[in-house]
Amino acid sequence: MASFRKQKLWGAVFAAGAVAATGVVWADIGENRSLIVNGEIEMIVEAPAPEHVEGLSTIYSGWVFRSPETQMMQADDFDNPAMLDVDTARETFETAMGTEGQSCASCHDTPESLSTVRATYPQWDEEHGEVQTVEMQITECMTERMGAEAYGYDSAEMRRMSALISAVGRGEVVNVAIDGPAQSTWEQGQEIYYTRYGQLELSCANCHEQNYGNLIRADHLSQGQVNGFPTYRLRNSGLVSIHNRFRGCIRDTRGETFAVGSPEFVALELYVASRGNGLTVEGPAVRN
Amino acid sequence: MKRQVILAAGIALAATTLHADVTAPGDVVADDYGDIMESLTGEPGDAERGREIMVTRGLGNCIACHQVTALEDEQFHGEVGPSLDGVGDRWEEAALRGIVVNAKNVFPESVMPAFYRVDGFIRPGDGYTGGPATEIMPILDAQQVEDVVAYLMTLTE
Repeated sequence: MASFRKQKLWGAVFAAGAVAATGVVWADIGENRSLIVNGEIEMIVEAPAPEHVEGLSTIYSGWVFRSPETQMMQADDFDNPAMLDVDTARETFETAMGTEGQSCASCHDTPESLSTVRATYPQWDEEHGEVQTVEMQITECMTERMGAEAYGYDSAEMRRMSALISAVGRGEVVNVAIDGPAQSTWEQGQEIYYTRYGQLELSCANCHEQNYGNLIRADHLSQGQVNGFPTYRLRNSGLVSIHNRFRGCIRDTRGETFAVGSPEFVALELYVASRGNGLTVEGPAVRN
Repeated sequence: MKRQVILAAGIALAATTLHADVTAPGDVVADDYGDIMESLTGEPGDAERGREIMVTRGLGNCIACHQVTALEDEQFHGEVGPSLDGVGDRWEEAALRGIVVNAKNVFPESVMPAFYRVDGFIRPGDGYTGGPATEIMPILDAQQVEDVVAYLMTLTE
């Protein structure tokens, strides 16, 4: 019995060691680390982790975890299926909507004038006294300035417009503010990130911090960075929003999810986005 | 109508009698090391059924996280947990039962879900629907746990 206990102890040490080593020694992170989109937008797909992320030393874009074929699709706008959605959103940008007879272009001229938006959102909104996502900002413009009916938070129209905002921001370095008035929301997001939800008792960190690079069945776990969102997912044949992805993850813990657009997911988005400070905006990225 | 009711009651009674020896999730006794000495059913586990549970996504899906050389004809073994090769040598049956029932009794920080527990969860869901749970069933039933343990005991080197 004594030797059995010793074996058990070794088992425990081994398991603890495996967790510590994951992501450093065993992680399979893909060798391709250079992404230049359209031969001109240089992406940062690997960077030192920001100081506020204690569990990681290096941050990686989800792009490095994907197959060479999927990676290639993102390198050229002619191969990126989401660019069709972006083109549609460009037309919408110029189209007057609502009772005020205004289009996005009436205030913002061109989508390119919004090139720094994606890299700095979610962001504190002084007027509303809350942290806003890009979707919330779009809703604010539509309902408060244009007199238009809001898009659904996760509607096709919203995902397209959000993809346009990302597309014109590609290559900008993610730099989400976590202090000042946004701090309490950021802390709420951090708490959610490390909470083990559902009957499977899995936190975001269990998979995306402790086990990135590892396979879970056929899925290659990434760090769960959101710099490539909204993302064109090949399995969905369409654009997927950040909150929709969050919902899918919590559902897969055999848990009760939060709602798309809920304060909890806004907080989580702020926190997760901040874990990517130093990577570049890639949305609409292509993922499997 | 009356006969149906009596019949239903009879079946229910028979079912209760059949499962009289099944230990409910809340009644499982683990020792300080997380070991569970007593079988959850009193019935011997069936290793062949255990093998099926190990590889089936809606059941144990153990290979989602673990590699098992003896199961290499099944596709896609995960890398999140350690290989299970030789666990039948390294662990006693009571310890394997304890880990399958609730690995956190043995390794508090383990990523591994508890397969025979029904309480203490944060926001448990209604299966994989994303909605709230109404009634929480353990991921595996008592005999399925015994079957998996029986299979694991065959993994010797």
